[in-house]
Amino acid sequence: MLRSGFSLLLVIPALLVAVPALAADPVKLTLKNNRFGSPAVTAPAGERLHIVVENQDETPAEFESHDLRVEKFIAPRGRITVRVGPLKPGSYKFFDDYHPDTATGTLTVVKKLATE
Amino acid sequence: MLAALLIVFREVLEAGLIVGIVLAATRGIAGRGTWVAGGIVAGVLGAAVLALFAGTLSDAFAGSGQEVFNAFVLSIAVVMLGWHNIWMARHGREMAQQMEIMGAAVAAGGRSLLAMGIVVAVAVLREGAEVVLFLYGIAVSGKDTWMTLLVGGALGILGGVAVSFVLYRGLAAIPVGRLFRVTGWLIALMAAGMASQAAAFLVQADLIRSWGDAIWDTSALLSDDSLVGRALKALVGYSDRPMGVQLAVYLAVLAALVMGARLVHSAPSTPRPSIPVRPPPNPEMSGR
Repeated sequence: MLRSGFSLLLVIPALLVAVPALAADPVKLTLKNNRFGSPAVTAPAGERLHIVVENQDETPAEFESHDLRVEKFIAPRGRITVRVGPLKPGSYKFFDDYHPDTATGTLTVVKKLATE
Repeated sequence: MLAALLIVFREVLEAGLIVGIVLAATRGIAGRGTWVAGGIVAGVLGAAVLALFAGTLSDAFAGSGQEVFNAFVLSIAVVMLGWHNIWMARHGREMAQQMEIMGAAVAAGGRSLLAMGIVVAVAVLREGAEVVLFLYGIAVSGKDTWMTLLVGGALGILGGVAVSFVLYRGLAAIPVGRLFRVTGWLIALMAAGMASQAAAFLVQADLIRSWGDAIWDTSALLSDDSLVGRALKALVGYSDRPMGVQLAVYLAVLAALVMGARLVHSAPSTPRPSIPVRPPPNPEMSGR
């Protein structure tokens, strides 16, 4: 109850601002041999995130995440940017829909410290 | 082969459910088969072209080309579905009466059929492009031979078409008098669902705000990823974690379509549009 009230307080001012704060650094992912180079990545909560996925394979891929509600095609040797969030803390699974057996990973979203 | 079968089945089913509803909603209108078939052919051709330029599209609109394109084609489908529903609100009752009396196809609604053909084309285009890219990926990686790809793909298509056909038969079993009211609702829900998906794409492109990332979470109950979840997403726009703006757009489009149809329906039809009826000897259409 307290938490939802608190998040509402966060939502209302966010509604008034044109664009939510964007995390300074994009989350970078690479696909090689139908696997994610670094399958575990971390990002701050409460910010708009850019996730850059680079496909180093000669085959197409589709970056997909039910948790992030993203589904985006990546051309062979292509690179895409997906925009998600602001997200709540937690873990968000993602995968390559064309190679779901091998290419999987998790984005862990952590709360930012108040001092930051 | 199993991978090809599953993904082709999934995508064909998603497009097929939409085609099934379109076929039910245009039942008894002469020439609908041609328009729906034309929509499927246009969609398949478009999917091949889209797959060819997928890389280029990705880079358009500052990397949001895919999102903008998806939102655009979905919006077109929403407008076309809305147009059809308003048109049916005006003519549906007369058509149903004439069909019941004559037992024949009503020769009317060329424009409405065009609209529905476009809806079919959009559905086939979106799902078809995914199939083409996926199969291309498998073919390039050389994991499967062309033969197993072909067999898997063909089985997937057959399965998707079969399930869609069952849906169509179920809807077609509804008496003509009530059919258009049911399909009117189905189309309104489908249009609202497509509009909410378009909104989600615009959020991803940073063009509109999300108004809350996930208003509820029913992924444990019914995941978007499950086959039933996917089918419900295509049919009524189900989402296990909808954004606030998706809900708002969904309700707005649904309300607009339902109210619009009511208004048109209750309005006095001043110059009564005469709908010519085809002469009875038409066994091909009357059998459906």
